[in-house]
Amino acid sequence: MISRLLGRLFKHIDSFLMATLFFTLIVGLFVLYSASGQSFARVNAQLVNILVALSLMWVAANVSPNQLERAALPLFGLGVLLLIGVALFGEVSHGARRWLNLGITTIQPSEIMRIAMPMMLAWFFAKKEGTPTTMDFCVGGLILLIPVGLIMKQPDLGTALLISASGFYIIFLAGLNWRIILGAVVGLGALMPIFWSMLHDYQRKRIEILLDPTQDPLGAGYHTIQAVIALGSGGAVGKGWLEGTQAQLDFLPERTTDFIFAVFGEEFGFLGNILLLGLFSLIIMRGLVIASQAQSTFARLLAGSITLTFFTYAFVNIGMVSGILPVVGVPLPLISYGGTSMVSLCISFGILMSIQTHKKLVAT
Amino acid sequence: MRAELKNYQHEQYYFKIRLAFAAIFVVTLFSVLAVRFFYLQISHYDHYQTLAENNRISLVPIVPNRGLILDRNGVVLAHNFFVYTLEITPAKVKDMEATIAALSQLVEVSSLDRKRFKKFREQSHSFESVPIRTHLNEVEAAKFAVNHYRFPGVEIKSRLFRHYPLGKLGAHMVGYIGRINDKDLISLEKSGGLSNYKGSDHIGKSGVEQYYESHLHGTTGFQQVEIDADGHAVRVLSSTPPVPGDNLILSADSKLQAIAEEAFGDYRGALVAINPKTGEVLSYVSQPTFDPNLFVDGIDVENWKLLNESIDKPLVNRPLRGIYPPGSTFKPFVALAGLEEGKREPPFAIQDAGYFTLPNSAHRYRDWKVGGHGVVDMQRAITISCDTFFYGLAMELGIDKLTSFVRHFGFGRKSGIDIHGEIEGLLPTPEWKMRRFKQKWYPGETVITGIGQGYTLVTPLQLAQATAILANGGVAIQPRIVTQIQKAITGERQIIPPVVQDKVILNAANIAIVKQGMIDVTLPGGTAASVGANAGYSIAAKTGTAQVIGIKQNEKYNESTMNERHLDHALFIAYAPAEDPTIAIAIIVENGRHGGSTAGPIARKVMDYYLLGKMPLVAVAPNPIDSATNHLVEEVQHD
Repeated sequence: MISRLLGRLFKHIDSFLMATLFFTLIVGLFVLYSASGQSFARVNAQLVNILVALSLMWVAANVSPNQLERAALPLFGLGVLLLIGVALFGEVSHGARRWLNLGITTIQPSEIMRIAMPMMLAWFFAKKEGTPTTMDFCVGGLILLIPVGLIMKQPDLGTALLISASGFYIIFLAGLNWRIILGAVVGLGALMPIFWSMLHDYQRKRIEILLDPTQDPLGAGYHTIQAVIALGSGGAVGKGWLEGTQAQLDFLPERTTDFIFAVFGEEFGFLGNILLLGLFSLIIMRGLVIASQAQSTFARLLAGSITLTFFTYAFVNIGMVSGILPVVGVPLPLISYGGTSMVSLCISFGILMSIQTHKKLVAT
Repeated sequence: MRAELKNYQHEQYYFKIRLAFAAIFVVTLFSVLAVRFFYLQISHYDHYQTLAENNRISLVPIVPNRGLILDRNGVVLAHNFFVYTLEITPAKVKDMEATIAALSQLVEVSSLDRKRFKKFREQSHSFESVPIRTHLNEVEAAKFAVNHYRFPGVEIKSRLFRHYPLGKLGAHMVGYIGRINDKDLISLEKSGGLSNYKGSDHIGKSGVEQYYESHLHGTTGFQQVEIDADGHAVRVLSSTPPVPGDNLILSADSKLQAIAEEAFGDYRGALVAINPKTGEVLSYVSQPTFDPNLFVDGIDVENWKLLNESIDKPLVNRPLRGIYPPGSTFKPFVALAGLEEGKREPPFAIQDAGYFTLPNSAHRYRDWKVGGHGVVDMQRAITISCDTFFYGLAMELGIDKLTSFVRHFGFGRKSGIDIHGEIEGLLPTPEWKMRRFKQKWYPGETVITGIGQGYTLVTPLQLAQATAILANGGVAIQPRIVTQIQKAITGERQIIPPVVQDKVILNAANIAIVKQGMIDVTLPGGTAASVGANAGYSIAAKTGTAQVIGIKQNEKYNESTMNERHLDHALFIAYAPAEDPTIAIAIIVENGRHGGSTAGPIARKVMDYYLLGKMPLVAVAPNPIDSATNHLVEEVQHD
């Protein structure tokens, strides 16, 4: 009786994905405890974030891909409207206009876009029955650029890049011609100077400092230098949990959020880093398998994009902390402290589970 | 159908090829990361290991100066000074016992210091430095400096210490600071203020030190320093200066405070004096008091036991947290309720036989005067404190009307004073009794509420505030201890304006009756005639006594045979000058027996100084203004 009830409750939960996610979240809590200077208050707050996120994941897993497909256009439209709302009436905090006060609560519409964007593009290309023309790709590009432009203006470079990536993955998986991809890469290279001139001063500075962190060791280069020292001094097996001197002695800035990987790398060393990459790889692998087995164009494009976006999160954050990418505000997925990104990530994993568990048996 | 199927398979085939590319992309980029890890953590491990050990650049917080607390004339009540402390970072010390033993050869380390060090060490992380000795003199500091090389992980630091130059004076109002504990950390983290406390060891724990913590603390600055291999700062690279905390200017006058505290003698109790027009708290006494300087450095067990276990309860903030039955001081408010509700039109008078009985009951509610007062009207009932008059009045008003009227005078609710921890007291209602005791309300309980006995409980602050509201003709102004906040750097002052909380519309003729009754209290024939004698200004007042233990129906209250702590509490409320009041006072003297004889004279001393600048005949504490002056503060106008 009880087992049947549980069976029904977890009918749409993918056990492999769930197990790997769960394990990563547990690892994250241990790292957070150390990074926060052993604050149970911080760990408790994160536990609440996780519980909320996992509940929403369960909800998302129980929504069928067909329902999602129908919701794609309205959700995207709402997201764009809210982004325009932010541009016009948004609240400024820390020099950026990202939040919208709806009276009852404040929301960050760019977070909605993280899910709405791939859904919208997947819906769009699914309508093209798998044989999109060059024109379709141009329209797809436009769908991508409007919200990304609005988000870049906020300015929120990290989120804009990740949302562009999630949209680009759909376009790529939908079969964009290789020649166009190559052309775009060359074209983007040519457009770099223009892009450069559009960046805010602090964004430019981050990129300059990436190329040579020592030119400003106390200002903007400080984050990177200290993070790299933390990682390097971790050695092969690390200094041990709660023993990282860089982390515990306050050398590391933002060590519970964007730079938490430096704490992990210092305390668990090369071995820990490789194991964490392995853990992430298992999650990505499962996501790609789900994408390849998906039954509709919408579902497979969406599953592929969600998985590759998760990878991009992890790669950009770890790359930034280990000093090979510029400092952009991207948290380490499933590990960094924070509720908003945890929620949008878990909803996207819920969608993956939904795609995997709502399959109909068909002869192939 | 067939073409569609083919198309579908075709599409899936291409999708899987793209997916394979994506997988290769993932593996490639993760490999790049793995190579980067190998480069940093394996092949260049030694390099980064050295860098981490001698981390050249360190961010050192600079703790801001805590704001000063000054009385209305600029007399310093709390300030800071630098002391040398000897501190140990446990993580850097291999053999703690041996290190402390060796240190004690150089500078004196008492067993108290060791105990405190042990306590602090348990509360902090091993990477934080913990003081083993404070208040090092220059000889000790020099001795250690010469031998510094022998003690890795031990350092001399210069820290700011809080000091309360007037010691016990006004301790319950000023409050004190103490070391930041786990509870403080959690609330700081919740409020988002934690990063501002890097390097801070202390936080306000009580009084205005606690209430105005965010103003007093200031903003922490940072210094980026280059550090040598031993962890010593070599060179300052850049620095953001701290912003010192704001100074607080209190409405209290330390001289008046000294007079008031001295006037209590050995009695326990509380006094609150308020300017009814502005809400300024002029004096705030809780006796006995304590020396807040004991808490700054972490109080030791012996002193803590002495304070905490004393039956005199010196740590209890009596004006705020002491609850007492209001006794007869409640009568002017009941009288006003009776007049305003139309239950007692002016010529009304009773023939007092010395007791009151309810219909169909033999129980006698006795007047304090055996045989009664004869013919008594409202005004005289207040002047002579006739119980019988108020028993009947309360009965006719009923408990609901009575409590809802006096609530306008601040009874049964918090006054909103700027000290945390205030309690509400109690205005009983039948609903409250049902909730609390699951019992119905009896008429007899209404009867005794009329003379401030029974369940009714007030704090001295509430009583003072009620008196101030009465003096102010029904306008309630929130009581305030801090009246000005001063920026430390510019000296610019922000004046906190009076806040009107409530305004009850009262009939002028009714107020006049109650006020005249209270003025007569301090004239010959009143219960506190001695208090008004030769004052030179008119005083409106009311005396009261509150029973500590119940007296049985046929028992006699005999002062001479009773335990001192079972004697009645003496209460006294007053305001002056009666025509245009600038001071309202409430006093409670625990076990002081009669309001007129023990509490009244205290009020007189306070009012004499406040209104006439007259010092009491008996010498009080030395003039605090001579011992401490502050140049930042200009003269404050006395109003």
